[in-house]
Amino acid sequence: MAKALLILKKDLLQEFKTRYALNAILLFAVVTLSAVSFAIGAFNAGQEVLAALLWIILFFSSMSGLSHIFVREEEMHTSDTLKLLAPAGSVFVGKLLFNIVLLLALEVVIVPLFIALMNFNVQNYGLLIVSLLTGSIGLSGGGTMVAAIISKSSSKGALFTVLSFPILLPVLISGISATKKSLQSSGAESASGEIQALIAFAVVVITASILLFDFVWNE
Amino acid sequence: MFELTATKLTRRFAAITVLKNIEFEIHSGQCLAITGPNGSGKTTLVRILSNLLHPSTGSVEYKREGAVVKNENRYRYIGLVGPYLELYEELTAKENLDFFAHMQNIKDSGERIDRLMKQVGLRGREEDTVKTYSSGMKQRLKYVAALLAEPEVLFVDEPRSNLDEAGIEKIYAILEKQKKEKILIIATNDKQDLRFADQIVRING
Repeated sequence: MAKALLILKKDLLQEFKTRYALNAILLFAVVTLSAVSFAIGAFNAGQEVLAALLWIILFFSSMSGLSHIFVREEEMHTSDTLKLLAPAGSVFVGKLLFNIVLLLALEVVIVPLFIALMNFNVQNYGLLIVSLLTGSIGLSGGGTMVAAIISKSSSKGALFTVLSFPILLPVLISGISATKKSLQSSGAESASGEIQALIAFAVVVITASILLFDFVWNE
Repeated sequence: MFELTATKLTRRFAAITVLKNIEFEIHSGQCLAITGPNGSGKTTLVRILSNLLHPSTGSVEYKREGAVVKNENRYRYIGLVGPYLELYEELTAKENLDFFAHMQNIKDSGERIDRLMKQVGLRGREEDTVKTYSSGMKQRLKYVAALLAEPEVLFVDEPRSNLDEAGIEKIYAILEKQKKEKILIIATNDKQDLRFADQIVRING
């Protein structure tokens, strides 16, 4: 775990200096949110449609940034350097933590903007935060593993979204459903099924990824 | 005492066989030179020996004081300098070396970094980002990074690559010291580099 945290620290330092992933993910999200805001504004879309739109924005924004964590190592020829310094498990956990931080940073900016611009009437903020948090961990878990797989291919960008979509679909469905329930005044227990599904997805995907990552990283 | 044994190493890429039945045994205090024409597989052999690539058949064994080192722990004993192994360009030399030192649990890293930077002639440039370094300076910095943990086995792919005469002299002093105390493995076509070699593996491709 100590090595994973050192890798996270190194990646955060690199990101702080280059804004390589943060710029891509944040600009994509802001542009998409603006486009959706202009397109939907006149129609007065229902709150449930807005819940789906929020997750679609988060999903596609994450697709534009999550892969950078491994693509950068391959393109800069530093992946062999990492292989010589740390076991595969530490590399995966470090990269996963970075992607979680990246997604949470995105949500801190985009979700308040979405609520303000789209008149998104959240009744249960606690439930919204829990669904976003568990959803982010699931998205990052699946996204990080797919990023490692596609980083060695030639058409990285297109492959990442195509491969990630079927894997991350359960997160999207459960996240949208839990977010819809945060718009109702009923208690958080009404969304317990969705939150359990998001947690279960994150645990299964991250555990499987840690077990399988060695084969992806060292081949 | 550290030992490295290669047994019947073969590596194929699709239908092309790059290496065939490579065998040798080397221990602390020795240098192995790998030579051969361009494209013969010198780099492939270095990558296999340093655990960056799996052989198609055959095996590599690391032994420390007679006990076999597990595959997943080999990285603790390896230092590698090669054209395909880059440092983080956006970070300063100091940030790169601190990352290497912390990853390898080096306690007295400050003093060691200072000594090695002086040895390769880069003292005073620690706070510069690596992307501002010339190719020769980057090569020297790679030596510092590889030597930080005082590795039992140092692999050097093209030792003189990008270096000027002064740089070559400094690096040769480092290689001499490594060879005396530990294992040195170099991949080269330069006859001057072969003066370190106790054994030579010639690959014909």
